[in-house]
Amino acid sequence: MSEPPRPRIAVVVFPGSNDDRDVQLALERLGATAPRVWHDETRLPAETAAVVLPGGFSYGDYLRCGAIARLSPIMRAVERFAAGGGLVLGICNGFQILTEARLLPGVLRPNASLAFVCRDTTLRVMRSDTPFTGRCDSRRPLRIPVKHGQGCWYADPDQLAELEVGGQLLLRYSEGENPNGSAADVAGVVNATGNVCGLMPHPEHAVDPLLGSTDGRLILGSLVDAARLSAALPV
Amino acid sequence: MLVRPKTGILDPQGQAVESSLRHLGFAVDAARVGRVVDLELDVADADEARRQLERMCEQLLANPLIESYEIELRPGA
Repeated sequence: MSEPPRPRIAVVVFPGSNDDRDVQLALERLGATAPRVWHDETRLPAETAAVVLPGGFSYGDYLRCGAIARLSPIMRAVERFAAGGGLVLGICNGFQILTEARLLPGVLRPNASLAFVCRDTTLRVMRSDTPFTGRCDSRRPLRIPVKHGQGCWYADPDQLAELEVGGQLLLRYSEGENPNGSAADVAGVVNATGNVCGLMPHPEHAVDPLLGSTDGRLILGSLVDAARLSAALPV
Repeated sequence: MLVRPKTGILDPQGQAVESSLRHLGFAVDAARVGRVVDLELDVADADEARRQLERMCEQLLANPLIESYEIELRPGA
């Protein structure tokens, strides 16, 4: 049997991104090609089937995390891609950028403890019918690390209720494990149309047994699967 | 521009400042920590300055979901 096609998943690099190579390596091991794309570009590579905004400290987290990065030239292309139904995943700083760009609901604020947290967390997968969780089993929690100073996701109570009803609260920290004080223990959300996702935990740091958990493969592998399907569709 | 967390929004920095001030013996009921952005603008009048500053706050300097802002104008030299 021949090897399945390798979908192209663009990894955007902002000044101050620092997880782009880890994401690239993880995606390539999971069967994608993952070119890194500099933030100054105005277009995504041809045949891009998905985009990942990686973690880091874009623009030194000046003003608010993600507030400057979302004005980068490449973000116009990412916004158009998302508006056309393209798959976009933001991890940590990438999640912050997507909320600042209003591609995802809510906002990420300094951790309630004011301390940087760096540790494994246990996550509940609320839905396995999204492009980001297709390989997950909602009965089985994921073990994936976080490392952030500003991961306290917030939405006002009305919006929170609406997002919960709409199934947009995709990942939640297990009870008693919330590392940052986020509303409703939210660790990751999807947009209303289900093609844009952001999460604070780092699946790219949980893909090799050497580092403990390999549960990150379930998230990134789901994205590779979904990207492969969307790449097969006629444009 | 004065940008600060909206009332009702958890402000951990403000809480830390409040408790530190109490440790120093000051009677503080509440503290909120925001930021000041000083800008110099070359504009015809105060109304124009205010219009521009409001747009800057809405588009970049404040996040309207969690922050409020105030504009203070001073004529330049």
